[in-house]
Amino acid sequence: MALLELRNLSVTFDTASGPFKAVDGVDISVDTGEILAIVGESGSGKSVAMLALMGLLPNTATVTADVLTFEGKDMLKMPRRDQRKIIGKEIAMIFQEPIASLNPCFTVGFQITEVLRQHMGMDRGKAKTRAVDLLKTVGIPEPERRMSAFPHQLSGGMSQRVMIAMATACQPKLLIADEPTTALDVTIQAQILDLLRDLQRDHGMGLILITHDMGVVAETAERVVVQYAGQQVERQHVKGLFRTPHHPYTSALLDALPDRATGDRLPSIPGVVPGQGDRPEGCLFNPRCAFADDTCRKVVPPHQSDELGQALCHYPLNRKGAAA
Amino acid sequence: MLRFFFSKLFLIVPTFIGITVVAFGFVRVLPGDPILLLAGERGMDPDRYAALQQQFGYDQPMFIQYFNYVLGLLQGDFGTSISTKRDVLGEFLTLFPATLELAIFAIIFALVIGIPAGIFAALKRGSVFDQVTMGAALTGYSMPIFWWGLLLIILFSGVLGWTPVSGRISLLYFFPQVTGFMTIDSLLSGQKGAFQSAVSHLILPTIVLGTIPLAVIARQTRSAMLEVLGEDYVRTARAKGLAPRRVVGLHALRNAMIPVITTIGLQVGVLMAGAILTETIFSWPGIGKWMVDSISRRDYPVVQGGLVLIAGLVMLVNLTVDVLYGLINPRIRHR
Amino acid sequence: MAERLKADSKGQDAQTAATTAETAALNPAKLSASQARMQMLREFWHYFAESRGAVIGLVVFVLLVVVALLAPVIAPHAPNQQYRDALLTPPFWSEGGNAAFILGTDAVGRDILSRLMHGARFSLFIGVVVVSIALTGGILIGLIAGYFRGWVDSVIMRVMDIILAFPSLLLALVLVAILGPGLTNAMIAIALVLQPHFARLTRAAVMSEINREYVISARVAGAGHLRLMFVTILPNCLAPLIVQATLSFSTAILDAAALGFLGMGAQPPTPEWGTMLAEAREFILRAWWVVTFPGLAILITVLAINLVGDGLRDALDPKLKRS
Repeated sequence: MALLELRNLSVTFDTASGPFKAVDGVDISVDTGEILAIVGESGSGKSVAMLALMGLLPNTATVTADVLTFEGKDMLKMPRRDQRKIIGKEIAMIFQEPIASLNPCFTVGFQITEVLRQHMGMDRGKAKTRAVDLLKTVGIPEPERRMSAFPHQLSGGMSQRVMIAMATACQPKLLIADEPTTALDVTIQAQILDLLRDLQRDHGMGLILITHDMGVVAETAERVVVQYAGQQVERQHVKGLFRTPHHPYTSALLDALPDRATGDRLPSIPGVVPGQGDRPEGCLFNPRCAFADDTCRKVVPPHQSDELGQALCHYPLNRKGAAA
Repeated sequence: MLRFFFSKLFLIVPTFIGITVVAFGFVRVLPGDPILLLAGERGMDPDRYAALQQQFGYDQPMFIQYFNYVLGLLQGDFGTSISTKRDVLGEFLTLFPATLELAIFAIIFALVIGIPAGIFAALKRGSVFDQVTMGAALTGYSMPIFWWGLLLIILFSGVLGWTPVSGRISLLYFFPQVTGFMTIDSLLSGQKGAFQSAVSHLILPTIVLGTIPLAVIARQTRSAMLEVLGEDYVRTARAKGLAPRRVVGLHALRNAMIPVITTIGLQVGVLMAGAILTETIFSWPGIGKWMVDSISRRDYPVVQGGLVLIAGLVMLVNLTVDVLYGLINPRIRHR
Repeated sequence: MAERLKADSKGQDAQTAATTAETAALNPAKLSASQARMQMLREFWHYFAESRGAVIGLVVFVLLVVVALLAPVIAPHAPNQQYRDALLTPPFWSEGGNAAFILGTDAVGRDILSRLMHGARFSLFIGVVVVSIALTGGILIGLIAGYFRGWVDSVIMRVMDIILAFPSLLLALVLVAILGPGLTNAMIAIALVLQPHFARLTRAAVMSEINREYVISARVAGAGHLRLMFVTILPNCLAPLIVQATLSFSTAILDAAALGFLGMGAQPPTPEWGTMLAEAREFILRAWWVVTFPGLAILITVLAINLVGDGLRDALDPKLKRS
């Protein structure tokens, strides 16, 4: 049994100009101790799917799924009260903007001990000792002194470390990291990724890494899901994905990596992810796809076989590579 | 923290000097001679006039007169009332508790209703509750409170006969003013029914004076709350698995209160202006009515002293709010 | 006359067009100036009309303006005509009412509806005059302070602080006491009290605009101080000023009514709403209508203007939405 099992998850937002499907039939499964990366441009709905799992979407969102289980427990049917016993304890999440994600009115110590007291039933003193330990673990110097610091006194990297300490406080089984390094300096990015990987290994957590950075994926993940306009267009093992991408979108994303560029210009994918008003017919990627033909413009593509990375495409690339 | 306090204190000094200049200049620009004004209708002979001029220092250059005036202020000499011949500061201190009591009740009334109303309107954004509350808030904000007071008197005192029309307490009760707060003094007196009488006299003036602050606070709380609820740290709080009550009531509210506190501070000036009207309508013996009466009686020393005292008071409250603001907002405290 | 108006507005067009062109020069999309203006207006109306309250407020306000303009024609009676045989007649629907006096009469037999209609002229007039004075003064002072900075700025802003330190109504009362009671003096006093808000807003807006590229480019192009202040910078600071002007309009009406109520504003028998309330005070427990209707008129007017103000704020600048 997988730790987290999501099947056919869809999220629809009620907007002033009608319903908008931000996530469309997404399947995800993560095992204990596994690192899964979800990759896609901004607007591809990769965060929304995870926020739906955490129950963090606004009331305007409708979440439907055939299966949405954590350790076999149905999270959708569970009462909110029971859900909150899992959220923050068994499943934790860190976010893109670490500085904005910490409450400016409370000290770092308060914000960490709050989780411990909520979920572990610790008293003030115990929680404090544990929080200092946690700060030490995530590599914050002078953890005792930092306990009484306010978020605005910390740098972005420090804030993200605090967020990680907070998220791992209750030794969660699954950690969701939503673009954890995007807002940070490049040098700090690597440190944070290392920290996440170390923690993941030490605790045997499942880790879902949401990112748009293929470089991060290559360094960290084991399996990769590529998402486009709310749909999963390809699912593969990380090695296979980099060697033989099957969906034209994956291929284009990889081509856009600087160290893969062949010419003197960095190739980019023309256009943007379709929004609410401009969803094309047929394959959602067809207006930006170099290989699109009339079929792509009219017929919704099927998911291909596992060998072809379950690519959501009429004409998956590298058929031979997969066969070989 | 102390440095923060003193830097704020330092900033208001020039403003306070300006206030004394305005109050000093006010009597000088009045049409008519201040000494003849003192004499009233009877007029006076030239010798007496000269003597008085010397006594009040009006024969000296203007800046020396101003200097003496400020020197007097610093020693607590705010002038003497023409009509009662009493010391202005003394009168102010006697009447001030009445205004303070009313203002405290009004602001409590505004906070107790306004903040929860604002919070729920924000949580139920776009709902019927939100629309009705915000409609009511804008109506309250647009209210001519002198008329609102009269309406309430018509309804509650005239038609229903529930509340008294004017004053602070029924004439049946008499007891020493220990604190100047009628609600506390009536309790201390131990007289039966005195406390109830004091409270029933307070109800309508409290509502009238509290209406505009209530509207402003409800609107401000709602918009601050809406903004805060969209912040990342609120999402973090929810991702911790905290109960909605804790997320809203602690994590969101603490941040939303920062602008609301500023607003409450700004309401002090509004309350003083409102007190002028409210006290006039309900014959409430406070400093608002005192100022209005003095203006219409042309009791200029009182007006002059009252201006300085009231403006100084408003500034002092604003200073307190600034300091409070620093206490609740760590971003300002630690710099 | 109509033609002159047209010519005037054309002149204004040219002026605005010049400023729009200045900004359009930075804008890659090349729209003709008038097209761009129409587009902006349409967009503005779209956002404004989104709020039902704002539209209702606007309709009520326009109705009030019409009533005020036509008061001498549509009012059933002269405002100061005393009907000695119809003292304190209740409104026509209550017992003892008279259809000739729809909202009843006051203590000396004057028709309340007619007085209210004429009162609308005073209230709107007060609003216009006060806001014009306060706006002009505040913009001038704020522009000077924000443009020149330095000691000029310090002195001006300290003076504004001093004015703001006094509760507005108290200061207005004292000013009227100095100047002598009456409508004109009341308007001057209120304008003086409201003016610092405009000065502060203008100053803040100027300071945030003055280092923008378009101002620097105008300066490099050799624009003088006056041109920079009034033609280049000012048009880009208007949004918050318009909102503040609307809010001040209602504040002016309220404060003028309050002064009238305290006997320091318009003097009897002027049919000013606040003054009418003051005269009606002694009858509150005997004749509810003499008190109710003038206040209701004030409330409706102020509420309508505030509704429009809220709508304007939301439409002109989404960032200002939090207030």
